[in-house]
Amino acid sequence: MKVTVSVNGKQIAAEVADRTLLVHFLRDVAGLTATNVGCDTSSCGACTVLLNGRSVKSCTVLAAQADGREVTTVEGLSGDSEELHPVQRAFRAEHGLQCGFCTPGMVMASVSLLAENPSPTEDEVRTALEGNLCRCTGYHNIVRAVLAAASEGRLS
Amino acid sequence: MSILGTRVVRTEDPRLLTAGGTYVDDLRVPELAQAARATFVRSPVAHAAITGIDVSAAKEAPGVVAVLTVADMDDLPPPPPDSGLTGTEGAPLPLGGIWSEPLLAVDRVRFAGEPVAVVITDDRYQGEDAAELVSVDYDPLPAVVGFEGALSGDSLLFPAAGSNVACATGTPADTAAFDGCDVVVEREIVNQRLAPVPLEGRATAARWADGKLTVWLSTQNAQIARFILAGVLGLDPANVRVVAPDVGGGFGAKIGADRDALIVAWAAKHTGRALRWAETRSENMLGMTHGRAQRHVVKIGGTRDGRILAYRLEIVQDTGAYPRMGGFLPFLTSLMAAGPYDIGHVETAYQVVVTNATPISAYRGAGRPEATAAIERAVDLFATGIGMDPAEVRRINLIPADKFPFTSPSGATYDTGAYVEALDKVLAGAGYAELRAEQARRRERGDVQQLGIGVASYVEITAADADGGETARLVVHDDGTATVYSGSSAHGQGHDTAWAMLVEAELGIKMSKVTVIHGDTDLVPAGIGTHASRSLQLGGVAVQKAAVEVKEQARKVAADLLEASEDDLELDLDRGVWQVRGDPASSRTWAQVAAHAGDAGLAADVNYTQGKPTFPFGTHLAVTEVDTETGKARLIRHVTVDDAGTVLSPVLVEGQRHGGIAQGVAQALLEEMVYDPDGNPVTGTLVDYAIVTATELPSFELLTSETPATINPLGAKGIGEAGTIGATPATQNSVIDAVSHLGVRHIDMPLTPARVWAAIGAAAEKGMAR
Amino acid sequence: MIPAPFIYKRASSVDEAVDLAAQAGEDGKFLAGGHSLMPLMKLRLAVPETLIDIGRLGDLSYVREDDGHIAVGALTTHDELARSAKLGSELPLLAHAAGQVGDPQVRHCGTIGGSLAHADPAADLPAVALALDATFRTRGPSGNRDIAAGDFFLGLFETALQPGELLTEIRIPKPQSAGWSFQKFTKRGIDWAIVGVAVQGANVALVNMAATPVRAAAVEGALAAGAGPRAAAAHAAEGTSPPDDLNGPRPYREHLARVLVGRALEESAARA
Repeated sequence: MKVTVSVNGKQIAAEVADRTLLVHFLRDVAGLTATNVGCDTSSCGACTVLLNGRSVKSCTVLAAQADGREVTTVEGLSGDSEELHPVQRAFRAEHGLQCGFCTPGMVMASVSLLAENPSPTEDEVRTALEGNLCRCTGYHNIVRAVLAAASEGRLS
Repeated sequence: MSILGTRVVRTEDPRLLTAGGTYVDDLRVPELAQAARATFVRSPVAHAAITGIDVSAAKEAPGVVAVLTVADMDDLPPPPPDSGLTGTEGAPLPLGGIWSEPLLAVDRVRFAGEPVAVVITDDRYQGEDAAELVSVDYDPLPAVVGFEGALSGDSLLFPAAGSNVACATGTPADTAAFDGCDVVVEREIVNQRLAPVPLEGRATAARWADGKLTVWLSTQNAQIARFILAGVLGLDPANVRVVAPDVGGGFGAKIGADRDALIVAWAAKHTGRALRWAETRSENMLGMTHGRAQRHVVKIGGTRDGRILAYRLEIVQDTGAYPRMGGFLPFLTSLMAAGPYDIGHVETAYQVVVTNATPISAYRGAGRPEATAAIERAVDLFATGIGMDPAEVRRINLIPADKFPFTSPSGATYDTGAYVEALDKVLAGAGYAELRAEQARRRERGDVQQLGIGVASYVEITAADADGGETARLVVHDDGTATVYSGSSAHGQGHDTAWAMLVEAELGIKMSKVTVIHGDTDLVPAGIGTHASRSLQLGGVAVQKAAVEVKEQARKVAADLLEASEDDLELDLDRGVWQVRGDPASSRTWAQVAAHAGDAGLAADVNYTQGKPTFPFGTHLAVTEVDTETGKARLIRHVTVDDAGTVLSPVLVEGQRHGGIAQGVAQALLEEMVYDPDGNPVTGTLVDYAIVTATELPSFELLTSETPATINPLGAKGIGEAGTIGATPATQNSVIDAVSHLGVRHIDMPLTPARVWAAIGAAAEKGMAR
Repeated sequence: MIPAPFIYKRASSVDEAVDLAAQAGEDGKFLAGGHSLMPLMKLRLAVPETLIDIGRLGDLSYVREDDGHIAVGALTTHDELARSAKLGSELPLLAHAAGQVGDPQVRHCGTIGGSLAHADPAADLPAVALALDATFRTRGPSGNRDIAAGDFFLGLFETALQPGELLTEIRIPKPQSAGWSFQKFTKRGIDWAIVGVAVQGANVALVNMAATPVRAAAVEGALAAGAGPRAAAAHAAEGTSPPDDLNGPRPYREHLARVLVGRALEESAARA
């Protein structure tokens, strides 16, 4: 079937198998490989992107379900700007990534979290990231990064 | 002021945070443009004879290029002669001979997940469809599950061996040593089987062209992988290139090149197509090696006033279906058995047994977490036995600072240490006395939520394979930039940043102008890679030494350029320029000096070893809250000292400690690879295999301590595995401590709510509450 | 991790959805948020030949008052339920429980209708629907009908829905008592409930204590006879048949049920 998805502001149209997962549409059709597949039980969140502004696990969504909708991946986070998005900046400043494999999903989940809750407590951050697994960082600096990004958001 | 020791953000991150890393499955290189996909057919059963494989239906499926089984593998060289290894040599090498592991299964499968066939299709989706159509006839054999199952010998994985014991060795038991003790405690404890679960599973791409093989591999050791591939496929290593792009975590389970990667490389040759393979998580849970899986009998004896006199550790290592590492893991466990304590009499013994489960190999700590978990449980049991505070028992027995270097009875020589100081720092930082007071208050009130405080002191061995050394090549280009070619192979550790820091510190070339290259055997032909927490003390020192050599070359060139004597020159590190001492106007940039160096350029190659391992150490203190009605334990604080010598990058060290602590806590509370009595895996997905999430952890309290190593110029030991080693026993001890007043003495890991509740109930039944 | 091949159809109205389902027959499944169905399809434990995507039926996403009931559209997502001001004040049990389903990403996609139709006994909302005495409104080939929650859950992943029958609305009588509690016991925040308890007033329903969500009838009887929370809770395991699995043997779940029902009743009483 023909699927047209607006990915990071750009229309991507393609003829794909009905069963194509959104994550594979993004990686293989749109050519955006930052979003990763880390599991097959919708547990790890490495595939997290924004669908119409809200975080979803793109491995559990069909490309067909995103037809005519907007997807944002980490590659599109800073838009046309040279500057990093505050969440990306904060992850770097706080050493919130090591191998980087979970990071695109973690960043998008964090962006979604802060859109819904601009001033989270540490507990709220930890709970909001329960669907994003990381094996390298122990989450300590990821939490710091999200709180730092939230803080910067309040100041600006 | 040197950049070393300062807080520097990583150079790796801008790319990882925007375009994302390039992991094997992300590669879009021209060589792989026409690549086909490999999909494995794996055994669903734990132990069976293969009586037939029918690939006819699969071959007809859409997009199928080939369906390969062992019958197609007639183009491989014969395997090397039996190495004659017994497995007790302390080498991480597979046992050959009777215990040999094939590539695709021959006539028998020995673990659920063992590869039996591989389907080659145009795309990934077709691969999964076609793999379902391969029909394999299995004649089930009785499964060997667990330690007792293996030892009983009722069913044998390798009938020619006559037993399931692949190797064994040890010190004979000397009961006299224990007879002299006031109190002796003996206990069987289990260090459970774990799955490493790096977020990126295993992935391989391979292409043969013009007699050369290129393999893109998610590996921790490109150079070692090259040798393995060359050996198995019968190639000259010079005709094999291995490229490790970004690697999404390894934790020891991506050392070298494993069986499935070899099959993909062979299949690429056999079909004449470039191939790509990236496993699913379900495949990873069974196909990637597991860790730990040791059963211990600990016996500890000492005096009533707290002195430990004797310790015996008996180990049964479940190595899974094939002994891929001989006796290496329990060898390390035995070496580190006595931990940071001065115990006069130490005995160790181990047996390695095969079972119908995924093969075991290194997983963060690789044999040392097991040693620490055993002795830290034993020390707590001893403390309870003599009615003394467990921190106090540790203080009495920790090797004092004036006794280093210290050679333990099991043969490890600990280089430098400040063990008591580490313990005291953690106790003070945690507010130990107040924690005990709060615990007492809750016990007095009979609160449902009880508090547990668990302490663990440890010493661990890093760069255990220091003999292999590490390589570094440093080139300063005539545009003033520099390139480091490192034999180390970061997969999250941030070496690019650390090595750039070293170059800036030595040469004054800014980090932003330093490129680090690793993991490509064409560009870095010699090297060992990253495991055993060896990278900074070997790979980093190699980089520093290369920088020092380049500096001396540059001095000569600058002297010629400036028409001055070498003795009159200085390198202004802040400005990154060479000049006549005291005459800034004479300065020449690195670009100018490099250009002046002519064809020889400025380049140094170093192959460095310090010759011996180092021994980081520390203390962890975990505070848990246990709901005594449900058994659920919650970690509320975790305070640590992890002393790995002089800290080059505080940011990177903290990250390693955090990650290690999280995995250590997860072993104590959540994770276990479980098989049912027929050898079927029960925890084969991330729904059931419970790796820890942000919700279950607090922020950690890391205290600083730097007791330099003396055998390398950076004063560095390895930090990568230390956090895991200390965190597991501290957390386990903490939960048991929370319910010890109810009579509980021990609970095996993971301390799930059901297990804690059962332990409370069992103690109550025995009327053990005081 | 790739579903078996299927034909995708998209419905633009409830009637069209029902027609497409009738055409697809036994091997057709509705796709709402997909977060119960897609995981099964990816492991090939479910292999429908036709998927009828009803995710764009925006008319089925609402929370409103209707004749002494709260009417919730079947396609309302868990996240929308958790944020609904109306549910927050009228049915906090439902709002709160919906906020505990899965993780934020799951809640952005998964729907109440999808969760109820899937009927996993370890899921949170089926038990909540039971505790709230909900009625499920459906549209099928033969028209509309109402099914009481108590008659809806028939067995493991088995409901009273006929093939091609679409759940459209969940109707909940406004509770008489302000007391409520939701106790979800897990090892980790993202896990399915090992045992869960939903209390609304004197109604007590259990998660993962049988092949379907169940009302703790013996507890309710004890409460009606005047027993206090802990005394009533002692009956929590009666009439249940909890699973025996990795998370605990049967006696442990029975014990948890007693503990959690006790805590739920105490918390509910404090709110009443």
